[in-house]
Amino acid sequence: MVPTDLRYTKDHEWVRVEGDAATIGITAYAADQLGDIVFVELPDAGRLLDQFAAFGVVESVKAVSDLFAPVAGEVTEANPELGRTPELVNSDPFGAGWMVKVRLTDQAQVDGLLDAEAYDALIAAG
Amino acid sequence: MTDAVDLPIHLTPLTDAHRDLGARLIEFGGWLMPVQYNSIIEEHRTVRERVGLFDLSHMGELYVEGPESDAALNAALVSEPASLAAWRAQYSMICAPDGGVIDDLIVYRLGETRFLVVANASNAAVVSDALAERLDGFRAVLDDRSLATGLLAVQGPRSVEVMTPLTDVDLGALRYYAATEGTVAGIPALIARTGYTGEDGFEVFVDTAHTQALWDDLLDAVRGAGGGPIGLGARDTLRLEAGMPLYGNELDRKTNPYEAGLGRVVKLGKEGEFVGRAALEKVARDGPARRLVGLIVEGRGIARHGHPVWSGDRRTGFVTSGTQSPTLGVPIAMAYVAPADAEPGTVVDVEIRDARVPARVVTLPFYRREA
Repeated sequence: MVPTDLRYTKDHEWVRVEGDAATIGITAYAADQLGDIVFVELPDAGRLLDQFAAFGVVESVKAVSDLFAPVAGEVTEANPELGRTPELVNSDPFGAGWMVKVRLTDQAQVDGLLDAEAYDALIAAG
Repeated sequence: MTDAVDLPIHLTPLTDAHRDLGARLIEFGGWLMPVQYNSIIEEHRTVRERVGLFDLSHMGELYVEGPESDAALNAALVSEPASLAAWRAQYSMICAPDGGVIDDLIVYRLGETRFLVVANASNAAVVSDALAERLDGFRAVLDDRSLATGLLAVQGPRSVEVMTPLTDVDLGALRYYAATEGTVAGIPALIARTGYTGEDGFEVFVDTAHTQALWDDLLDAVRGAGGGPIGLGARDTLRLEAGMPLYGNELDRKTNPYEAGLGRVVKLGKEGEFVGRAALEKVARDGPARRLVGLIVEGRGIARHGHPVWSGDRRTGFVTSGTQSPTLGVPIAMAYVAPADAEPGTVVDVEIRDARVPARVVTLPFYRREA
């Protein structure tokens, strides 16, 4: 079971909402599918993200994958640790491996995302 | 994760064994193969530091036999198999008349009148057809045993330690690029001291009926030496660090051996005609139009297959392979560039998505084991 306090996308991103602040990352399932993550490219603070638009890139040894924003917002911080230790995304995807924090522009978008139960069903279905 | 393909996919005798080990399986060269069992980086380090076991049963095994097998292979390939002593091997290539590489190969001489040509899985059928055609007129016949042959590789500094208790072969006498017949775990096999990792190691050819039994015993021994099974993902990063070309990336029909830095493989001095000679003599005379180089990316980003390479405002070439080097901890790549940009120390830019990221040309290989 994935953490129940987060919301999810079909593209395997998660978002944690606290007031108008949202933290975004990728799920353990996504990190496991990608394998050893060796590089993460994230937007600078101030960048405006559109919902479901690509905002960054995560690279494993073998593959390159886009990151998609679960919600629209303005980037307030990109995880500074991932430059030196991108493997945090594998070891702690829902915690220290977070990608960006944004200030939400449309709170209602969160309600349209998958809850933990729906996301679990999605990955169980393969 | 497996892409749909139109052609039937071959299974090695070990598909179930790989599944039981938790491998992620992908289609590669027409075969369902393990890309990783756990972590590619961990598997890579296991081979560099200890020992790993690979299922390479997808490779093509083409036997050429007959009193003129040596002359036939001299005419079919760019190297000089006829110069091989019995039970020695050489790296070789089969080229088209225009000098383009059809495949890169290992040729083993198994006695006076018998050779084994090992081809890449994705090219095995094409090489088999080309060889059959090129043997025409020689007293030599082709026996394509690709589907009847299993191939396992034991690679890493503890390879001798793993193999010694299992084989009747004197491994101390088996030199690099040599081969011998013997038994491994009681199974009759062809044992070669060859590999594709940059480490010491062995490749063991057996009948497919024995592949599973050999795998089981070798895996026990490899695990006893602190190793484990290794997938194609780590095989790719290992060979890239070792500066070895991968067909489809560094080599293809539009590339000649000299461009790939493999001119030493082409034996223009050998007697007689061989396919590609005139075109290759011209390249040797004029020099290649581009050169394969090693790159270490010095900015942020990982160079990947197909990324353009720039020298100032001039597009000088493209990346053929790239990854984060598990051993060096930096992004490494191989790329074709214009000869003027191929000197070690030259700084070029790799176009990675929207950015131009500086990279330095370095001498290959990136990694060389201590002798």
